[in-house]
Amino acid sequence: MMNIPCPFCGSRNEAEFAFGGPVKPDRSDPNTVSEEEWVAYLTQVPNPLGPVQERWWHVKGCGMWLTIWRDTRTHDIVEGPADAE
Amino acid sequence: MLDLSLLIIKYMPMMQKYSAAALLRHGLNRHTTWPRAWRCPPLKDAYDVIIIGAGGHGLATAYHLAKDHGITNVAVLERGWLGGGNIARNTVTIRSNYMRDASIPFYVKSVALYEELTKALNFNMMHSKRTMVDVVQTYPKMRELRRRQLTMDIYGSTYEQITVDALRRRIPALTGGGPDARLPIIGGMVHTDAGVNRHDAVAWGYARAIDAMGVEIHQQTAVESLVRGADGRIEGVQTNRGLVRAPKVAVAVSGHTTTLTETAGLKLPLRTMNLTAFVSEPVKPLVDVIVNCPDAGFYFSQSDKGEMVIGGAPDMGQSFRRDIKQHVFEDTVTAMLSLFPSFKKLKLLRQWGGHLDIAHDASPIMDQTDVPGLFITAGWWGGYKAIPAGGLTLAHLVATGRPHDLMSKFTLKRFRHLDYVMESGTTTAR
Repeated sequence: MMNIPCPFCGSRNEAEFAFGGPVKPDRSDPNTVSEEEWVAYLTQVPNPLGPVQERWWHVKGCGMWLTIWRDTRTHDIVEGPADAE
Repeated sequence: MLDLSLLIIKYMPMMQKYSAAALLRHGLNRHTTWPRAWRCPPLKDAYDVIIIGAGGHGLATAYHLAKDHGITNVAVLERGWLGGGNIARNTVTIRSNYMRDASIPFYVKSVALYEELTKALNFNMMHSKRTMVDVVQTYPKMRELRRRQLTMDIYGSTYEQITVDALRRRIPALTGGGPDARLPIIGGMVHTDAGVNRHDAVAWGYARAIDAMGVEIHQQTAVESLVRGADGRIEGVQTNRGLVRAPKVAVAVSGHTTTLTETAGLKLPLRTMNLTAFVSEPVKPLVDVIVNCPDAGFYFSQSDKGEMVIGGAPDMGQSFRRDIKQHVFEDTVTAMLSLFPSFKKLKLLRQWGGHLDIAHDASPIMDQTDVPGLFITAGWWGGYKAIPAGGLTLAHLVATGRPHDLMSKFTLKRFRHLDYVMESGTTTAR
């Protein structure tokens, strides 16, 4: 069970959240970046054996979007939203 | 009988044929004379081909390399133990109800190979072709399955719509989902090609067959990194037992694909997820088909021992865990009880998870990478059903350098051309 620290509601069960996916770099302009970079942007996400930065939506709570670093091996939250912002 | 065993000896020189006669003969010796099913040879410095991962795909690839292409100077390297990876962490469901023209023929072939596997490997797979029934509760799902049916018809897979009444006759334990339910059942689909078998037999059967043909299996041999030569080609692998060289290396490690390929500087469109399952206590025969409830979000079948083998959705987000998370478990149980309320009395015995990688378009990737000599087979979400055909096609690719016809659409190039083979929704990947 994972408790996600919501800046508004405090530590809440992950069942209240919707997963928003890993954080991706800003969308670049497909007309200016190389084809390779564009395909990488579209299809690749970081897949680390360790902390990954990702977005969660407190949809069954306050509705806030937040960003955390979560360890993919243990699901420990290594950095909460307050530290990130 | 003598002639037959001579034939077998000629065909597979080192293998003890399993038969009623052998059982009797060794039984007279109190079963103390059975030979080992496979060797534990010393690790050599170099091979023609290294396969990383002695899971289903790795073993099947070695089998077809040796049998179809005569390549036997092969090492299959396994970090853990034989049959201890994802081949033991699935729900043994074998089926071919996919969506895309590129996918269905591959899975049709794989189902056919599975059905012949007991004979081919002289190992009882306990294959039980018992049909899968989809319980449909929403019209969008029904439309999607009917669309799949039309495509499957073209390639000789089986899908047939049945009424709610027929569905309830087929699965008497299905007592939920009535007219007053939040999602009443509106119909079902029947996939008669589907079946289950015994996962250990798949691992052990392939292992015994490849060992007899001269392939080496090395357990407890963890590949730490891929080693490239000065010219950029793959040169070998660094293991916990030292450097092992080979001009061709195939990565068949499921969830850890990117962990390994990143050591050779490769980035791949894969992310790793944890898909879990759990098992009830054994009960008397109750359900004789594989039941899949895509709208409720769970599926199960009853094993030969009588246990209900139940699976649900993956963890949210990427995950290298190998256990079930409490809320994933609770969600799956809640969904199951909405349709099978009598299962409330079942006691649950064990749970497991397997980490597997899923590609950007939810279809597998089988290709030679940008590192010459380095091959990957990855993105097998529900790769258990794909083991025989996955081995057949990867062996073809490794031996000839050209993709097998059945896998020619599943290259890495498809991402370069944004030519996806979208299979989202045809597995538990939602």
